[in-house]
Amino acid sequence: MGRQGLPTNGEDKEDFMPTIELRRVTNFICQDVNLKIFDGEAMAIWGPTGAGKTTLLNTTAGLIGYQGEVFFDDKAMEGIPSSRRGVGFLFQNLALFPHLDVASNVGYGLRVRKERANGRVDELLRLMKVEHLKHRYPKNLSGGEKQRVALARTLATSPNILLLDEPFNSLDNQTCRHLIFELRHIQRRLGITMILVTHNPVEAKDLADRVAIMDKGRIKGVMPSGSFFSSKDIHSHINDSYHDLAQPGSRGQR
Amino acid sequence: MPIIGVVVIWEVVARLDLVPAYMFPPFSMVMVKMYHLMASGVLEDNFVASLARVLAGFALGSAAGISMGILMGCKETMNRSLHPIFSLLYPIPVLGWAPLLMIWVGINDLLPVMLIFICSFFPLLYNTITGIKGIDRDVIQAARVLGASDKTILTTVILPLAVPNIFTGLRLEAGMAWRVVIAAEMVAIPTGIGALLMRSESLLQVDVIIVCLIVLSLMCLLFERMFRYGETRLTYKWRG
Repeated sequence: MGRQGLPTNGEDKEDFMPTIELRRVTNFICQDVNLKIFDGEAMAIWGPTGAGKTTLLNTTAGLIGYQGEVFFDDKAMEGIPSSRRGVGFLFQNLALFPHLDVASNVGYGLRVRKERANGRVDELLRLMKVEHLKHRYPKNLSGGEKQRVALARTLATSPNILLLDEPFNSLDNQTCRHLIFELRHIQRRLGITMILVTHNPVEAKDLADRVAIMDKGRIKGVMPSGSFFSSKDIHSHINDSYHDLAQPGSRGQR
Repeated sequence: MPIIGVVVIWEVVARLDLVPAYMFPPFSMVMVKMYHLMASGVLEDNFVASLARVLAGFALGSAAGISMGILMGCKETMNRSLHPIFSLLYPIPVLGWAPLLMIWVGINDLLPVMLIFICSFFPLLYNTITGIKGIDRDVIQAARVLGASDKTILTTVILPLAVPNIFTGLRLEAGMAWRVVIAAEMVAIPTGIGALLMRSESLLQVDVIIVCLIVLSLMCLLFERMFRYGETRLTYKWRG
């Protein structure tokens, strides 16, 4: 199904076949999560720290166990390891291999799959505008450069689904805005289905087609990103966060 | 420069004859003795005997320590099962094993090899475990999501990232291996630098004792530098 086949509002429509479907997914944090994400769609999971967003992403990737069902293209993922789910995962701390240079980091997935790496690596480095950093090691990269390299590595194995865990957490506003724009462009150009976990409502709105609000392990609602800021839920969550921050001795929430 | 200074002071003080030369020989006399010992083959024979024991015990102990460390670092069940046992054995001073090993393996070349094995095994074991446990779990998960098998993750991610810790263990224990072989040769074995030391002590040959100590010091330094060089070669690009 192409992007033109996406539902236009927050409701899941019976006529559309989801690329990713979570049915009654439950584990130590997630509680009975049901969610459908469509082909080529960018879905943001938004919620406060500790809501279970990262756990839900790890569950989708097959990195942690769960009860319930996860379907990719109508195929049950039960027992299928993360390496064979066709997902690309961008970790919150990026998880670049510190002992490998940029080119080797990006080509790692291709090498372990015994695929030709050279041309593809160069292509991705060009796409992410980090060609000139090819022989540098992660310790010599800035936050934004690391982000680009990590994204290039994630895209190298041509995943059908991109899972991003707070990808712009440690970046300054300007770099963050710039990367959001580029990521959105790349995601649309490649037609990849994407789930983005974030606690930043602006990031969720700018990067996603739809936003799922998550709190205390549950999905509280799904809506188009356009109407995200007018949602009652987001305002109550933001108010709660400010209320927590205002409490004496409270460490608040990010 | 400081070493040259010490040597000059040593030579001058010894030449003042404040202490008899057989008790405190000048540096030049020690060097002459060293030349004679080398020329006669005495130093070489004893050195080679000690070196062979150190290399055998150190190589076996390190290999076993690193292998077990990888197993315990990667498999939590193994770690939980074996950690209490090794925690009990590790605090025993290595020479404390000597009487038991004398009975079990006898007084022969195997005794110092076994002692060096024990002294190398535990630090390499714990350094390897620490190195592996210190690796960011997300880095391993990233390799897994990218399609790497457990074996590939071990060889391409875990071992390279544990190298600095492993080499710290090797560096520290190489010197210890020399100290242990000398101790074992002093108490039980008739050949080696330690045995030469003991013979010289009974014959009041202070110059020979000092020659042995110089050789020992140089070997500890050489091994330490060798492993430091190896570590730097393997990791300087990504650690700086």
